[in-house]
This record gives sequence, C-alpha cells and structure tokens, in this order.
Amino acid sequence: VRARVLVKPKAGILDPQGQAVERALPALGFTGVRNVHVGRLIELDVEDLDRLPEMCERLLTNPLIEDYEIAGLEPAVGPDSK
Amino acid sequence: VKFGVVRFPGSCDEVDALLAAERVGDAVILWHGDRDLQGADAVIVPGGFSYGDYLRVGAIARFAPVMEEVAEFAREGGLVLGICNGFQVLCEARLLPGALLPNVTLKFIFRQVALEVTHPDSPFTRECAPGERLSIPVKHTTGCFYAPEPELDRLESEGQVLLRYAPGENPNGSLRDIAGVCNAQRNVFGLMPHPEHAVDPLTGSTDGLKLFESIRAHVADRIAV
Repeated sequence: VRARVLVKPKAGILDPQGQAVERALPALGFTGVRNVHVGRLIELDVEDLDRLPEMCERLLTNPLIEDYEIAGLEPAVGPDSK
Repeated sequence: VKFGVVRFPGSCDEVDALLAAERVGDAVILWHGDRDLQGADAVIVPGGFSYGDYLRVGAIARFAPVMEEVAEFAREGGLVLGICNGFQVLCEARLLPGALLPNVTLKFIFRQVALEVTHPDSPFTRECAPGERLSIPVKHTTGCFYAPEPELDRLESEGQVLLRYAPGENPNGSLRDIAGVCNAQRNVFGLMPHPEHAVDPLTGSTDGLKLFESIRAHVADRIAV
C-alpha cells in the first residue's frame, strides 16, 4: 500500500521554522494564524505495513525530537514510481 | 598515538581533522564503507554533510558500515570525538545524548566563539584548566543542542557537559549554552565548534589543539599501563 508519514516537531520543542512562517503570514495580510508548525511529509509504497512504525522509529524520524503519524493509506502507485 | 578520521560521502572537514591530529600523532582516513578502523587508538567523526544530510542531519550516516565498528569501539571504551556533523551523527547513533536542532535564527553561522571548559576531567579536555576559555570557530546551520529538561539536569549533575558557550556567546540557541557533551562513560564526546580549525597561529587561535593533545595524553597513558 501507499502510505504517508507525517513528521512534525515534538510538542513543546522549539520550532523556529514554524515561528518564522507565523511571523511572515501577517505581513501578507493573513491575520488570525496561530500555532504554526513545519514538518515533513514522507510518501512511500510498502509491502508490509506492519513494519512501517519500526521504519519510522529507526530512520524516518528521530523520536527524541519528532512525532509522526501514518496517514492517507491508499493503493500503491506502482512498482517503481519516480 | 594513531587517530582514525572517518570520511563519509559529503564530509568536508576530514582533511583538516587529519592535519590537526597529525600535529600530535599519526592519523589515517577511514572510508565509510569499510568495517575497519585500521587499529586506530581514537576515532574522529568529522564535520561536513554526510550523505547530503538527507532526511535529517546525520540520520543516514549513522547506518554506514564504518559506524558499526565505531559503535563497537565505543562500547569497548575507545575514544570517539564527533565534530559538528560528527556530533550530529553520534547523537543519531545514540552514542551521545540529545539532538541538534536548526539554529534559532535559522541562519548559517560562521564565526569565532569563546567556549568555557566546564569539566577538564575527561579524556578530551584534560589538558585544559577548569573554566579555561577557548577561542574556536563554529560553522553550522543545525547546532542548537536539545535534550529534555530531566536529561539536561542529569547531564549537568553527572558532569557530562564538558564545554559551554561563554556568557553571551551562544550562537545557536543551544539549551543551557551547551557546546559539547560526553556520554556517561566519558569516552565519546561531541561538540559543534571546530577544534581542527583552530590549530595554527595563521588562522588566529591554536586553542583547538588542546583537545587533540588531551586525547593523545589519554591514549599514551593507557598504552603505558
């Protein structure tokens, strides 16, 4: 299946990227925006979905500083999507 | 005393580390793909952008074949020094506590900073005096040291914070001004500043040599025993 892993800074950890975006939006007239956090999206086709959490904990994220969630499961794109 | 300096694809400070080590002993380059430390007495994981720093800084490099040997060497008590990207790699490998986050300014910083030697009682700082100031350059984008609060308390109470940025000198937002930490066994040490770039009067400071001299003295003592 095709999976999406959403990675974001752990709650409470300094997120200067999120802060920079939060400061930039009002400058463009977008007011009322709060709690901006910038993370990463990893899309991957996996044969064995059961192994995905282990992949997340060993390589795709650093559990000390990042949280993740697995989302958007759908059929695999193909054998070799580029 | 023989230093082994790891070279990953994307390393860029391994030659300076090699030259700095050669001022106090012998030094060889260790290729990332070889499971062989060539009999080194101490290993340096140098600065740069290992494997392009893809995914996260140091995240891919920690799985390099040579790192299996480095981890085993560390478990047996061998001295391992991680500089900048090497520090990041050692944190990712869980050989050191904590992690490095992007600088609070989100900017690349490149300048000389003043450090304070918090604990000279380590193989890496034994040639320094307590509270001694060292002038050593930093150059990084991801150097903000982070660990959870209880872990920071523990690191401080156990004396694992060997180097701090001097008051007002913290360039990256590192918690508690931490510039370098060692593991509980005190044989693995990582720091963001670059001691290998501060070994020649030509570039303004030779304070970085003290770390290399400390390692040499420690290894020489061990060989003598």
